[in-house]
Amino acid sequence: MAAVQETVDRVKAIDVSEYKYGFSFDIESDKAPKGLNEETVRFISAKKNEPAWLTEWRLGAYRRWLTMLEPRWARVDYPKIDYQNIYYYSAPKTAAGPKSLDEVDPELLKVYAKLGIPLREQEALAGISPERRIAVDAVFDSVSVVTTFKEELAKAGVIFCPISEAVHSHPDLVQKYLGSVVPTTDNYYATLNSAVFSDGSFVYVPPGVRCPMELSTYFRINEQNTGQFERTLIIAGKGSYVSYLEGCTAPKRDENQLHAAVVELIALDDAEIKYSTVQNWYPGDADGKGGIYNFVTKRGDCRGTNSKISWTQVETGSAITWKYPSCILRGDNSRGEFYSIAISNGRQQVDSGTKMIHLGKNTTSRVISKGISAGRSQNTYRGLISAHRKATGARNFTNCDSLLIGNSSGAHTVPYIESKTPTAQFEHEATTSKISEDQLFYCMQRGLSGEEATALIVNGFVRDVLQQLPMEFAVEAQKLIAISLEGSVG
Amino acid sequence: MLEVNNLNVSVNGRKLLDDLDLTVRDGEVAALMGPNGSGKSTLSHVIAGRKDYTVETGDILLNGESLLNLEPDVRAAKGLFLAFQYPIEIPGVATLTFLKAALNAQRKRRGQEELSTPDFMKRVKTSAGKLKISQDMLRRALNVGFSGGEKKRMDILQMALLEPSFAILDETDSGLDIDALRIVAEGVNALRAPGRGFLVITHYQRLLDYVVPDTVHVMAQGRIVRSGGKELAVELEKNGYSDYNAEPAVA
Repeated sequence: MAAVQETVDRVKAIDVSEYKYGFSFDIESDKAPKGLNEETVRFISAKKNEPAWLTEWRLGAYRRWLTMLEPRWARVDYPKIDYQNIYYYSAPKTAAGPKSLDEVDPELLKVYAKLGIPLREQEALAGISPERRIAVDAVFDSVSVVTTFKEELAKAGVIFCPISEAVHSHPDLVQKYLGSVVPTTDNYYATLNSAVFSDGSFVYVPPGVRCPMELSTYFRINEQNTGQFERTLIIAGKGSYVSYLEGCTAPKRDENQLHAAVVELIALDDAEIKYSTVQNWYPGDADGKGGIYNFVTKRGDCRGTNSKISWTQVETGSAITWKYPSCILRGDNSRGEFYSIAISNGRQQVDSGTKMIHLGKNTTSRVISKGISAGRSQNTYRGLISAHRKATGARNFTNCDSLLIGNSSGAHTVPYIESKTPTAQFEHEATTSKISEDQLFYCMQRGLSGEEATALIVNGFVRDVLQQLPMEFAVEAQKLIAISLEGSVG
Repeated sequence: MLEVNNLNVSVNGRKLLDDLDLTVRDGEVAALMGPNGSGKSTLSHVIAGRKDYTVETGDILLNGESLLNLEPDVRAAKGLFLAFQYPIEIPGVATLTFLKAALNAQRKRRGQEELSTPDFMKRVKTSAGKLKISQDMLRRALNVGFSGGEKKRMDILQMALLEPSFAILDETDSGLDIDALRIVAEGVNALRAPGRGFLVITHYQRLLDYVVPDTVHVMAQGRIVRSGGKELAVELEKNGYSDYNAEPAVA
């Protein structure tokens, strides 16, 4: 109840269609020359002082990328991207390898303060009980600027650090697992990412350890004409558990910016990974000018028996979203989950969904997707559920609901179901509905304004998914929903 | 007090209300009867502010103040309540959440303080008990999976909580069995008060045996064609609407 009220208050407090995170700061940066060639790849690798195997790995990916074509099957439409007109590496000049917050550029700290992300551990601690603490890795353009609570996590044996650091501090783990879920040959954007990825988070949870706090990464694109290519790798050892949150924002800029990330999750026997995203990249203005192209490959591998991977995403930002967080259910009895809220407004285009690949015996998966389209946006759910012939007893339940607001938006559902075993049971439910004039009139007759009524109805529509989010994120997500629907009531 | 003066309303050029006049005083229960298509529900929706209609001339005053240019939520905060013929389902929104959001939205607009959760719960429990609405129903999504009778009782509960100065009941008796009708009627009677007027829209006299009206108006072809006391309802029940059933005027 309180949260609904908060949503409503928040709607009122905000100027119409104001993207709150649209500010940019002037921070001196160290960039690679514009454009992409082998030299750029070597430059990035050298900047990170990488071992030879990784440089070669990148170059292999780059050569492969040259032979690939951009995917065109998604229901999104955008002008051709000039890959030679992008900076592939940008680092705040002063942030080269900060050892502690005191060495971090105060201008950078200001950015995160403005975003409301606590980077000082004592601030993060103030008034928060120990079990609700969140460790943060802050990634600014191409580099991680600071990671909090590292020492405390280390006591539990949990490794949480920038991946550029893990390459040096835990080379065996990185070499063993990097690219083992999303190979360098996987798809156009993932292959590009493999060639030029700059930074991202690395998490290793040792066997039997329940990670003592939520882990979180905040991504921020600041520089103009800069692509962000972060790489996240999370490994949960046998019987371990970790919950990871990801948030992202970018300044308002008139040109489009490319974001092509790769996230790989590996869950070994009896391990569980819960990965939540609140994606709030700049969506462009009402006429579709500017905004982030969010072309992301996220995949989890339930490698061990009884392992579990759960994706929860709240997608409100980006001009274009092309994103299908997936689970490979390799281990017997493993389980994959995908809970998604995708909201589009203005001219946004969303093509998002999931893949549940059932390989092991008695594997189960669950997909709950809620798409909300307002304004003149297009919102597509695209999902694949497949069972290998050895995946006996595989089960999936998919529920895919779309809600339309107004008369100019579109909702599309494209499910693919492939089963090679007669013992698989796949269920698919889908609905498309509209916030009806009757519902709005009924709510307004009882005293709610048009915007309050819309926020209430939408929050009701997405309730099943909101319940899956960690508490702090659920509140944030609820506010975001209200904000992104601003101006959708005609 | 509700005053409808010389009201002319159309949809796509088709006239639905034709020079309609109607006054309901504070404390009065007025019944509005008439054949299907005579414009009864149209009148209730126009008073509540639904946008699908074009008001060509005339005015609607609540306690002396014109409602015509106000949004439905503003009219509600000024004390107008409409019990729907078909209450609407809101999936995923718990009934309690909805009730509290609506009540506090009205209070805020009137410059009153929002109710605290304990105060709110106390009020809900008292009213829900009288209407035989269970705690379980209050936790479920609003009107989703409710029977016809449950939906009508839920609307009366909302009326009790929102304490309007004028309430319109649009065929609240339709689809109710005799027990549900009695519960709903008792709920309405409990809210009768000197400062509160009611417009009870119904086809049948049955409801009026329980909610006894002060006045009865007969509507046909978009206007009030006859007014009288409660005996008029009895006469209509006996003779039907055949005297009033001519084709509606086309503008």
